[in-house]
Amino acid sequence: MNKLQEQAAKLKPTPASTMLHALWPLAVAIAIGLFMVLVVGRSVDPYKGNILINCGIAIILAVSLTVVNGFTGQFSMGHAGFMAVGGYTAAVIVYYSTMKIWGDADFHGGALSYTGAGSAEGAWFGWGDVLFVFGCLLAGTLAAIAGYLVGLPSLRLRGDYLAIVTLGFGEIVRVILQGSKDQIQPWKASEVADTPWYQLPLKLGGPKGFNLMPTYTTLFWVYLAVVLTLIIIYRLKVSSSGRAFLSIREDEVASQAMGVDITKYKVRAFVLSSFFAGVAGALFAMYNGTINAAELGFQKSFDIIIMVVLGGMGSISGAAIAAVILTILPEILRSPPHVWPWGLGLLAVMTGIQAFRRNWNTPSLIVVAVATTLLEIGRDVCLANSINPADYRLVLYALLLILMMILRPDGLFGVNEIWNLVRFGRPKQRPAPQLGEKP
Amino acid sequence: MSQPLLSHLLVLAQQTAPASGSAVTTLLQTLVDGFTVGSLYALIALGYTMVYGILKFINFAHSDIFALGVHMTIVIAGWFGVAGASSAGVPAWYVGLGVLVLSMATCGLVGFIIERLAYKPLRDAPRLNVLITAIGVSLFLENVGQLKPIGSIGIPFGPYPSPTPTLVANTTLFTLSGVDIHLIEVTVVGTALLLMLGLQFLIFRTKLGSAMRAVSFNHRTAALMGINVNRVISITFVIGSMLAAAAGFLYALKYSGQAKQTADAMWIMLGLKAFVAAVVGGIGNVRGAVIGGLLIGLIEFFGVQYLSSQYRDAYVFIILILVLLLRPEGIFGKAVAEKV
Repeated sequence: MNKLQEQAAKLKPTPASTMLHALWPLAVAIAIGLFMVLVVGRSVDPYKGNILINCGIAIILAVSLTVVNGFTGQFSMGHAGFMAVGGYTAAVIVYYSTMKIWGDADFHGGALSYTGAGSAEGAWFGWGDVLFVFGCLLAGTLAAIAGYLVGLPSLRLRGDYLAIVTLGFGEIVRVILQGSKDQIQPWKASEVADTPWYQLPLKLGGPKGFNLMPTYTTLFWVYLAVVLTLIIIYRLKVSSSGRAFLSIREDEVASQAMGVDITKYKVRAFVLSSFFAGVAGALFAMYNGTINAAELGFQKSFDIIIMVVLGGMGSISGAAIAAVILTILPEILRSPPHVWPWGLGLLAVMTGIQAFRRNWNTPSLIVVAVATTLLEIGRDVCLANSINPADYRLVLYALLLILMMILRPDGLFGVNEIWNLVRFGRPKQRPAPQLGEKP
Repeated sequence: MSQPLLSHLLVLAQQTAPASGSAVTTLLQTLVDGFTVGSLYALIALGYTMVYGILKFINFAHSDIFALGVHMTIVIAGWFGVAGASSAGVPAWYVGLGVLVLSMATCGLVGFIIERLAYKPLRDAPRLNVLITAIGVSLFLENVGQLKPIGSIGIPFGPYPSPTPTLVANTTLFTLSGVDIHLIEVTVVGTALLLMLGLQFLIFRTKLGSAMRAVSFNHRTAALMGINVNRVISITFVIGSMLAAAAGFLYALKYSGQAKQTADAMWIMLGLKAFVAAVVGGIGNVRGAVIGGLLIGLIEFFGVQYLSSQYRDAYVFIILILVLLLRPEGIFGKAVAEKV
């Protein structure tokens, strides 16, 4: 008995290591954010910076939707609705608070959030940043509350009904936001000062959208959020909650029989997913300086669903990769580059890995070769006939979605992460167990 | 909601609001409008409910078939020399009938092809996958519909809006306490009723209908009884698509002379409302779909008239959520046990 307690005491983590375990993601996120803004942000032109930020926001959206649609196997079609809730929350907090505090709608942050021309001077952080971060967190919280309110009653429903209800929720959010009162314009600071605070959240700009906000979202904040989202959701996936999610997805009845409280876990997945959607919406709004509910209808939700489905239902890295590809693709398609160098490179890498592992997978090599050839021919045809392939990308996505469901219904990576698919080193040769030998 | 839809709603609201009249006139006008649009919802809802009854999934592409119906009406009427509201005079009645039959045939064919290529390979797949495929098909139809013409190959309906033809004269048949009942409304409701009665006959009085009902209960058992399940499913899709096409035709009649665009969220919205109608009536139930469609049409128009036209789309979804929470099987879910 005594020995057991001693062993337990030895295994118990020290407070310092617990702290380290809890805080290293934040440190990593800050480091990557700083890297993105100081190294990458200063070396790319604004056009590419814009694409990078859109990629980051898309990653957060796709990965958060993976929690519901991938892990838990539910089908939410209202992700853009949660995004709208978050975006408008951040807009109200940042815009009206700036007006109340400083009497204008200008930027009051530090160098890390500076998005204007040239590089910023002065401190890295300002009080405007505090407002911005608070706005983002509150955006996530309100979106999570909305997720709870939608999820609690509707998650009792079967899959496709849930899809319709969430879609309906997104539309209701959109309609309500579009029916809100006019925004108080930036030059009417006295009007904001006179309006009691509880009336300000009603003035959301209606059909014109919420405009002329100060912008705070930079590569730093976006990639801080991306890294935190990825780490939190990965930890969630390998936690007991994550295993409960996956068990619900595989078989509801069986997981209920194993003692999983189905509704509780479904709601939990929904709330978490909505939180990150709200944060993404806040980042989106505070990047563009404007947000309009008309853009956040079910078409936007469909875009996110396509990312999740293509990436793999339940794969975090798959969803993130799909989000990046689908965000960059329209830009690439505008002037398609040669495909063969990439195809050849991929072929070489794959051949190398397979030769090293002595585990040949010929069909995969043939698929890559054929796909490269076809893409190259397609590029030539497009260039010869002066067709802009970007015009056809939506048709392409739709076809991809249909073909994917028929040929590879689990998406690119299925429930696996990319690092589970590529194993380094040779497969271990185990000697066959002899008769009578204990395994 | 895109900008065209907003303006469309404004036009609708102006049409709905009587110029001058008593409360009775307003009430009657709302009833008439709600009933007319409701009968369109009912026609579309029938397609949803039939497919759901047999394959147990929401055919998201159905609303696009409906949009295709509107556009085929525009295109085919153009072949007959009727284009937009500007054309002189109203053509003879058989032109309208010809347009209806041809657009139903086209959409039926499209429905058949969709089922064969996209849904048939997924017969044994999880329902979620089929749902995603349906979304894919819907996006595909939508985006193909708004492609620019490639070189000389024109696509019947491009990215530019085209006006719906005037196929029926807008004569006033009679006036009921200040409300004009037009030939158009009578045609719309009459045609819709005829088609619904025809479907009712098909499902409950013919051998094919028995086969459809059998397949909706259990594919395997139906197959053991000698029913060609794939054929029945194909026929169901064709019939549903034809009904959607008819709804599209009637929609074009009702809003004749208005410019319609393929790439518009309003098609999906209309389709979704029809789906809500099917759920409210009890999904899989043919009679429920009809009642649900009429109900949704009336609720929508009464909401617009008496509450606020701003929240037009919200009413329907609030009804949906209420029905799903209080009575998930729909209003007529178990009362009428026949399923298709």
